[in-house]
Amino acid sequence: MKAAKLRVLENRQVSERYWHMVVDAAELPDEVKPGQFFNVRCADEIYPLLRRPFSIYKINKRERTLEFLYLVKGVGTQRLTEIRAGEKADVFGPLGTGFNLNAEDGAMLMLARGVGIATLAALAQEAAEKGVRSVAVLSARSRNDLLAAETLESYGAKVYKVTDEEGNSDVASVGKLLEGIFREENITAAYTCGSKRLAELLQRMAADKHIFAEIALEENMGCAMGVCFACVCDIQEQDGSVRTVRVCKEGPVFPLEQVVIA
Amino acid sequence: MSETRVTPETLNLEVRIGGLRLQNPIMPASGAFGQEMDEVVDFNRIAAIVPKSITKEPRKGNLTPRVCEVPGGMINSIGIQSKGLEYYLAKTIPSFKGYDVPLISSISADSVEEFAEMAETIGALPEVAALELNISCPNLKGNGLAFGMDPEVTRRLMVRVKEVTDKPIIAKLSPNVTSIQEIAIAAEEGGADALNVANTILAMAIDIHSRRPKIGNVMGGLSGPSVKPIIVRMIYQVRQVSKLPIIGCGGVMNGEDAIEMMLAGATAVQVGTASFINPTALTDILEEIKGYMVQYQIRDVNELIGGVRIS
Ligand SMILES: Cc1cc2nc3c(=O)[nH]c(=O)nc-3n(C[C@H](O)[C@H](O)[C@H](O)COP(=O)(O)OP(=O)(O)OC[C@H]3O[C@@H](n4cnc5c(N)ncnc54)[C@H](O)[C@@H]3O)c2cc1C
Ligand SMILES: Cc1cc2nc3c(=O)[nH]c(=O)nc-3n(C[C@H](O)[C@H](O)[C@H](O)COP(=O)(O)O)c2cc1C
Ligand code: FES
Repeated sequence: MKAAKLRVLENRQVSERYWHMVVDAAELPDEVKPGQFFNVRCADEIYPLLRRPFSIYKINKRERTLEFLYLVKGVGTQRLTEIRAGEKADVFGPLGTGFNLNAEDGAMLMLARGVGIATLAALAQEAAEKGVRSVAVLSARSRNDLLAAETLESYGAKVYKVTDEEGNSDVASVGKLLEGIFREENITAAYTCGSKRLAELLQRMAADKHIFAEIALEENMGCAMGVCFACVCDIQEQDGSVRTVRVCKEGPVFPLEQVVIA
Repeated sequence: MSETRVTPETLNLEVRIGGLRLQNPIMPASGAFGQEMDEVVDFNRIAAIVPKSITKEPRKGNLTPRVCEVPGGMINSIGIQSKGLEYYLAKTIPSFKGYDVPLISSISADSVEEFAEMAETIGALPEVAALELNISCPNLKGNGLAFGMDPEVTRRLMVRVKEVTDKPIIAKLSPNVTSIQEIAIAAEEGGADALNVANTILAMAIDIHSRRPKIGNVMGGLSGPSVKPIIVRMIYQVRQVSKLPIIGCGGVMNGEDAIEMMLAGATAVQVGTASFINPTALTDILEEIKGYMVQYQIRDVNELIGGVRIS
């Protein structure tokens, strides 16, 4: 991990609420893994003060660039949109653990809600590079927010879309959709991010079907280095005991079966 | 003959805190520092190592969200999540063994006796150079009440702890009192060797959309740039009534802030929140102080202490 001021190659709006940023990562020493994140200084001021965590959306090894996809939510992400191509972005990372791609013998399923897909997309990219088939179920408020679908399709993923607008994004409907996918696609690993409701659903289904599953969690962060204990969540151990772990350090990716979804 | 010019190589940065000799005045604040940071900061360059406050028994800490941001600062309600004294002795202290700077252990407890018991155990370790008594965490008791809000309790606690250890004792004061001078005097009378001014300021933030408090524990401690003017004032006030060395703590983001605290009367400075924003803040601040000293041809950093000009 390293704090670096990286040149922004592109930072543009891609839909009503989402932006896409590309940075030159040539000076970053470490290799970046899907599921890892960077803690970004959105403006060089005392408000917003804290850095904001963003997952890696796309890793371009050859060009040595990294991409982020972000939802404009509050003051930090609003200020992030003001950084122009050619300027520098102050990023700290890579941080946290990555996903374990564990579907060599079958296909992998991604279940994402909203900007959760920004976290899973890099995994779909890795799956494509390794010849692993992937299926994605994307859930969002409106069709307008389903923006990573084409990127996933370009990786060869089969993409299903559900939205609140169309009324097919409730847990029961998604459950039915997943049942069909599990029946037809030989899913051997599943990954989720972005919704507690969907995570609970997948937790149940993956347990029933004995499928390897991981989740990427979000929690407000202070340090993102594992020193402040701001970002904790509970993990259920095999012996039944509950352990409090740090999302920034032990996570943000955890075995789905172990996470106590609050 | 004119005096030789002050250069970065000829500076004296060494300061003394209650018998401790520190190679410079910049150290981390408890709770905002850990072994994990050695990937970004050279620990051998800072004044001291100050791990997170330890409690006797393991503690789970408070509900999430445990931090939120406010303009110019953050509120935290970690609630001293702690692995307990046993883990601390077995793992935390040994994890800092390889560094060449003093280790200051921060202790948190619920009673005078528990403070004394822990101070005796930890103070007996040769690896520990000094003890910082966190009598001021606003996240433990109901309503943000802290131990060190009562001068009589503070005095008694210092007396008791001095009975069980010879190590220097730093009392970390609470800013959430009517008169910090009163508590500072009590700590000095009780035998404290130094004062930390101060812990976080009790605060609250509400999300107007959900109408819910922004942190799980409702209230928490404010830190960061927004608290600095209050802390500078308190350092200045404490300096008027106490001869003890003061460690300034609260809102130091850069060298200028650290120098300001020293001018108000601090001998050393702790840095917390700044490390979250700039992971190399500790050593960057040190370099900025050196730059200032060269600029003004100040050979000895001790000249800054209490150097505010009030005519
Ligand atoms: C590991 C991780 C990866 C993430 N990856 C992405 C991503 O790829 N794209 C994306 O758009 N968002 C991502 N998020 C969420 C993103 O960090 C928040 O949306 C962002 O911090 C909001 O900042 P703001 O100032 O615009 O909002 P505000 O609501 O004004 O933020 C105020 C405070 O709350 C914190 N906060 C608010 N929402 C969240 C949240 N959901 N998670 C954590 N902290 C939050 C902020 O960091 C800040 O300290 C990720 C979060 C985590 C923890
Ligand atoms: C996340 C967090 C955790 C903290 N935990 C402790 C602690 O365990 N013990 C303690 O004495 N102070 C604790 N503090 C207070 C800091 O040591 C320091 O007094 C405060 O943050 C003000 O300094 P700053 O503005 O430089 O951060 C904590 C502060 C933060 C932000
Ligand atoms: S954000 Fe500090 S421990 Fe995770």
